[in-house]
Amino acid sequence: MRLEFTEQEQAFREEVRAFLREKLPAQIRDKVLNGFELSREDHVLWQRTLHERGWGGVSWPKEFGGPGWNSVQQYIFEEETALAGAPRLIPFGTKMVAPVIMAFGNAAQQQRFLPPISSGAEWWCQGYSEPGAGSDLASLKTRAVLQGDHYVVNGQKTWNTLGQYADWIFCLVRTDTAAKQQSGISFLLIDMKSPGITVRPITLLDGAHEVNEIWFEDVRVPVQNRVGDENKGWTYAKFLLGHERTNIAGIGGAKRELARLKRIAATEQKNGRPLIEDPLFAANIAQVEIDLWALEITNLRVLSGERGSKAPGPEASILKIRGTEIAQRISELLMRAVGAYALPFRREAMAAGWQPDPTREAPGPRYAATLAAAYMNQRKLSIFGGTNEIQKNIISKMIVGL
Amino acid sequence: MNFEFSDEQQQLHDTVDRYLSDQYSFDKFRAVNASALGWDKASWAGLAELGVLALNVPTAQGGLGFGPLETLSVMGACGRSLLLEPFLSSAVIATATLRAFVDDQAAAELLTRMAAGDAIAALAHFEPGSRFESQWVTTRARKAGDGYTLDGHKAVVMHAGAADTLLISARTFGETKDSNGVSLFRVPRDAKGLKLDAYPTIDGQRAADVYLQGVEVPASSRLGAEGAALAAIEAALDIGLAALCAEAVGVMQALVDATVAYVQSRQQFGVAIGRFQALQHRIADMLIHLEQARSMSYLAALRCADENVPERRAPYRQPKLSSGSPRDSSASRLCNCMAAWA
Repeated sequence: MRLEFTEQEQAFREEVRAFLREKLPAQIRDKVLNGFELSREDHVLWQRTLHERGWGGVSWPKEFGGPGWNSVQQYIFEEETALAGAPRLIPFGTKMVAPVIMAFGNAAQQQRFLPPISSGAEWWCQGYSEPGAGSDLASLKTRAVLQGDHYVVNGQKTWNTLGQYADWIFCLVRTDTAAKQQSGISFLLIDMKSPGITVRPITLLDGAHEVNEIWFEDVRVPVQNRVGDENKGWTYAKFLLGHERTNIAGIGGAKRELARLKRIAATEQKNGRPLIEDPLFAANIAQVEIDLWALEITNLRVLSGERGSKAPGPEASILKIRGTEIAQRISELLMRAVGAYALPFRREAMAAGWQPDPTREAPGPRYAATLAAAYMNQRKLSIFGGTNEIQKNIISKMIVGL
Repeated sequence: MNFEFSDEQQQLHDTVDRYLSDQYSFDKFRAVNASALGWDKASWAGLAELGVLALNVPTAQGGLGFGPLETLSVMGACGRSLLLEPFLSSAVIATATLRAFVDDQAAAELLTRMAAGDAIAALAHFEPGSRFESQWVTTRARKAGDGYTLDGHKAVVMHAGAADTLLISARTFGETKDSNGVSLFRVPRDAKGLKLDAYPTIDGQRAADVYLQGVEVPASSRLGAEGAALAAIEAALDIGLAALCAEAVGVMQALVDATVAYVQSRQQFGVAIGRFQALQHRIADMLIHLEQARSMSYLAALRCADENVPERRAPYRQPKLSSGSPRDSSASRLCNCMAAWA
C-alpha cells in the first residue's frame, strides 16, 4: 500500500499541467474559476483544443483515435483539468454515446460518428428521460415504427441537457410494445435537423436555459442509424451504468470549489475578522474537507482495485452519492459565506462580462452575484445520472440481495 | 498509488481473524467482560503465540519489526471481535513509545518481554485538564537525590491495571503548556505512592485514573534525555490513533454484516424486512460511511511514517473524526433496523 503515484504517473500529471498552462484559454479558465456561464463556443473550442493534442476522446482506446489512457491516467487528467479551470467535458458525446458506438455499433457507424465527437464538430445530447419515465426509465413510451428502411419516431423526451446546441441525439425508443418493457427498446441515433423535431427550453430556477423538452412528430430515422440489434437497446443503455468510474466523484472540481470557498471566506468579514476565523464556519469547512479527503482516497482505492482487476462492486454508486453530496455542501457554504449578498439576483450577472452600474456603489462583491443561482443549480446533482435514492437501491441490492 | 495489502499483511489479518473468530466469540467477550480482571490471560497468551504482540517490536528485540499497515490489518480483526485485551495499549501505543528509546537497555529488555507476552505496559500521559492537548503536562518530576519524585494525576489510562509497567510523562521543567520539559519515566505499577482508581469503560474495557504521590523512581527509569520526551509520546499517540481508526472500521464492518444478516432473515408483513426501501437506504448509508472511514484509516496508517509532524498529525485527527461519528451512526442505524421491527 502506498499513497504516492508512480514516477510515470507523476510525469503524466506534469505533462497535463504543461498542456493546460499553454493551451487553456484564459477567458475560459476565468469563467470556470469564477462560476460564470460558458457558451457553446467555449465548450467547442476546448474540445477542439483537446482533439488537436490527441486527447479528444479522454476515455477512448487508441484504435478509435483516443489517447489509450488507463483509468489512473484518466483520473489524473480529469483532476488536473478541473483544478486548472478547464470546462467539465460535456459527456453526452465522448463518454456516453461514443462507448456504446464502439462496443455495439458497426464499422460504418464508428467511422461516421466518432471523429466529429472527438473534434467537437458535432454536439450530442441524450434522449433518455420522458415525462412519465424518469427513474423507471424502462417504462419509456416514445415509439419507433419500422416503415421500409426508416423508423418513424413519435413521442416526447425531457430534461435534455443543452439539447438546444445539439446536432445529434441518441434516443431510447420503443420498437416492440408487446414484449416485456426492457425487451422492446432500441437505441437510435437521430439527426436533430430532421423534420418533425421541436426543441422547447425549460427555464430553471436560476433562470438558465440548460435543459429542454424535445418532441418527435413522425420523425424519419434511417434504419442504419440504429445501434446494434432491434429491441436490445436496454442492454446498451445499461452498459453505460457503472462504466464511468474515473470522474463520477468529481474530486478535482470539488477541490477547486473548496479552494474558492476558502478564498471567499478569507475575504468576507465577520465581527471585523475574516469569516474563515469564525470557529463555527471554519468547522463547517473542515468537515467538508475531511469528507472530500475520504472520498478522494475511496476513489483512489477503486482505481487501484481496477488495476488489480477486481470485480466491480457498488463503488460507482458510492462515489456518485458522496461526490454529489459534497459538491452540494460546498455550493451551500459558498452561498452562506456571502451572507445577505447571496440574495440579489440578476440573471445578467451570471455572464463573465457583466459589470455593476459604475455610477452607484456595487451591491455586494462580484463573486457573490452567482452563488445562490449556483446553489440552486447544483440541486440537480443528486437527481441526474440515476438519483441518489436509486444509487442506494443499487448498493443495497448488491449487499443485501433482496 | 496502490491500496492493495501485501501477501504478508493479508496473511497476518487472516491469521488473527481466524484465531479470534474461533476463540473470541461474543459469549467469550461477555464472560471476559464480566470477570473481575476484565481481560483474559489465556487469550493474551494465544495472541503472543501467534506473534502479534511482537508486531511493532524491532527485530533486534525479538520482534517482527512491522509498522502501521500491519497493525491496521490486525486492528480490524480486534474490532470485529471486540477484543478486550490490552493490545492497542501495550502492543501498539506503549510499544511504539518504548521503540523510540530502544538505546536504553531496560527499555529494550522490556520490549523483548512484551513481544513474548511476558510483560504489559501502558502509556499514562493525558491528565484531567489536558483534553487531548498533548503538551499539557502538570504532573511534576522533581530531582531527589539520585532519582526523581513524581507527583500528579493521570486520567483514564487504558489498561493501567493490566500493566506491569506504566510509562508516565512528567514535567521536569517548564510551564504546563510547554513542549519542552516533558520527561518520560518507566514506573512499576506497584511502586510506592502510586494508586489506581480502576473502573470498566462503557465498551467493557478496563482503565484507571493514576494518582502519583511522592513516587520515588531512580534516574535510570527516565527514558531518553531529560525534558525531551514529548515528540516520542506524540508519535506513539498518532500511531495509536491510526490503529484506533482501523479498530473502529472493524467494528463498523461487523455492524454492517450483522445488520445485513438480520434484515435478510427477519420477517414482518410476510416478507424479509430487507425488502423495505426505508431499511435498504439506511443500510446503503451504513456501507457508504464504512467505506469512507476505511479510506481514512488507510490514510492515517500510511501517514504514520511521516517525519513532518504537522503534516503527519493533521490527517490523524481527521480520520478519527470521520470514523468516530459514522461508527455512532452505524450503531444507531443498526438499533433502528433491529428494534423498529422487533
